[in-house]
Amino acid sequence: MKVSAQHVDKLYGESIALRGVDFATADDTQVLVLIGPSGGGKSTLLRLLGGLESPTRGDIFHESTLLVQQTDPLRSFRRKNGFLFQAFNLFPHLTALQNIMLPIIHVHGQEAAAAKEVALSGLERFQLADHAEKRPAELSGGQQQRVALARSMAHDPDLLILDEPTSALDPEMKAEVLDVIEELVEAGQKIIFSTHEMGFAKAAADEVLFLAEGSVIAQGNPTEIFDNPPDERVGAFFSRVMKW
Amino acid sequence: MSADSAAVEVSAPTKSHSISTSALVIGIGIGLLIFAFFVSMIWVVASHNFNFDAIRPYFDNMAKGWGMTLLISFLALGISLGLGIFLTAAQLSPVAPTRWLTRIYIELIRGTPLITQIVIGYYLLANEMGIESKFWVGIVILSAFTAAYLSEIFRAGIESIGKTQWESGRAIGLTTSQIYRLVIIPQAIRRVLPASAGLFADLVKNSSLLYIIAVHEFFMQTREAIANSYASIEGLIPLAIGYLAITLPISLFSRKMEARFKYES
Ligand SMILES: Nc1ncnc2c1ncn2[C@@H]1O[C@H](COP(=O)(O)OP(=O)(O)OP(=O)(O)O)[C@@H](O)[C@H]1O
Ligand SMILES: [Mg+2]
Repeated sequence: MKVSAQHVDKLYGESIALRGVDFATADDTQVLVLIGPSGGGKSTLLRLLGGLESPTRGDIFHESTLLVQQTDPLRSFRRKNGFLFQAFNLFPHLTALQNIMLPIIHVHGQEAAAAKEVALSGLERFQLADHAEKRPAELSGGQQQRVALARSMAHDPDLLILDEPTSALDPEMKAEVLDVIEELVEAGQKIIFSTHEMGFAKAAADEVLFLAEGSVIAQGNPTEIFDNPPDERVGAFFSRVMKW
Repeated sequence: MSADSAAVEVSAPTKSHSISTSALVIGIGIGLLIFAFFVSMIWVVASHNFNFDAIRPYFDNMAKGWGMTLLISFLALGISLGLGIFLTAAQLSPVAPTRWLTRIYIELIRGTPLITQIVIGYYLLANEMGIESKFWVGIVILSAFTAAYLSEIFRAGIESIGKTQWESGRAIGLTTSQIYRLVIIPQAIRRVLPASAGLFADLVKNSSLLYIIAVHEFFMQTREAIANSYASIEGLIPLAIGYLAITLPISLFSRKMEARFKYES
């Protein structure tokens, strides 16, 4: 896939979340990873790339096609992709199972029985089969995150956008989820994700964007970014996160 | 461990709270106060020398009035619910003039006494339009009044559902109307239930104001019975019980619905 942004700014009132974001990935990029300090703009950029919000200025391109910032084109773009929010955003009035079934039925038009089968296998994949009938408030943070992950990928999305997919998981579950993502990558799934897992970022990424203070400080393949930090801020960040 | 005892454990309340001494003292104090209030009320009522003989012949008329109040309440409840939903949709409309007009309507209704609306509605509007039925005019005015408040409750309920739920709905590709139907409204219903039930109880009691346009409902019939029989308390006690007989089931029904829609969020 080829993803690019041209002169993108995103403002929330007075506060500037992104400023002058300009990048283009290689044509054959399969996994794009966003890293950088907290508050750097990763979540904001993922929302723009996923068509959930419109940039204040500038344009987003997928496969060199402009993402038209209007209701209908944005919706048809979103429905073929999968999005995992950093805060999961499950529907609190629905069970884990219903959370996953809802888009399969109401967006992708499948029968309830078929949707249930898909949803159950998604829950199984993330070891949540026993929790299918629980509502989000009855699930732990890590369980909620896995339900949200299952929901984001239940309809075989073209592009999967994951905002810190392992942030709420214990080390064991983290490994499980990273295994699932790795499987997806091996199966050719196109993914954009943000993470603070530097080891995984390095292993999985074709292309890395380093965001800080709302701008792309560095871009490159993992070897370039991790082994030879092109910018002193990137190097300083790595030495800080690697210390512990 | 047997399957039975496991089931008991699961269904046992998860919130175990130890009550602090001060909360206990305050709780007992308030309980005693309320108890004392009830006891003194019962004392006052019991020491009154009741004589229902004078008013008994009018019980038939009062019963008819009660039936009328029940019918008016039932019809006005249905109409105000429909109109309330319509006004809520208008308030949330993307078309600004629609929102302004709805706003003006709501402020007019909420800013003036119901009694003036009944008088103006009947003697001015209905008269001008040549509508004669006091019964239907009364129902329409009550519904118009209740719907304005109802739509404010509904709007607040819908707006109380966080922006992340909208975002989540959009992310999975739902349309705006699907987000309302599948995500927002199911969550809002539980939040608006208590206030709506209170409003419907108000509606039942407000219907008594229709006596000023001489609708033969419960309050009017009871007033006449009292006037003709020179009874007072003896007429008011059945009046109070009659209204409770309608408002209590509304309250109970709302509790039941709340329990059905219960989930932590
Ligand atoms: N809705 C909003 N309103 C106001 N400011 C916002 C909003 N969303 C994000 N911001 C601001 O934009 C900046 C970038 O936030 P963003 O969430 O994109 O950072 P991030 O890189 O994802 O951080 P983290 O690693 O902590 O998730 C922050 O300074 C944040 O305060
Ligand atoms: Mg973030």
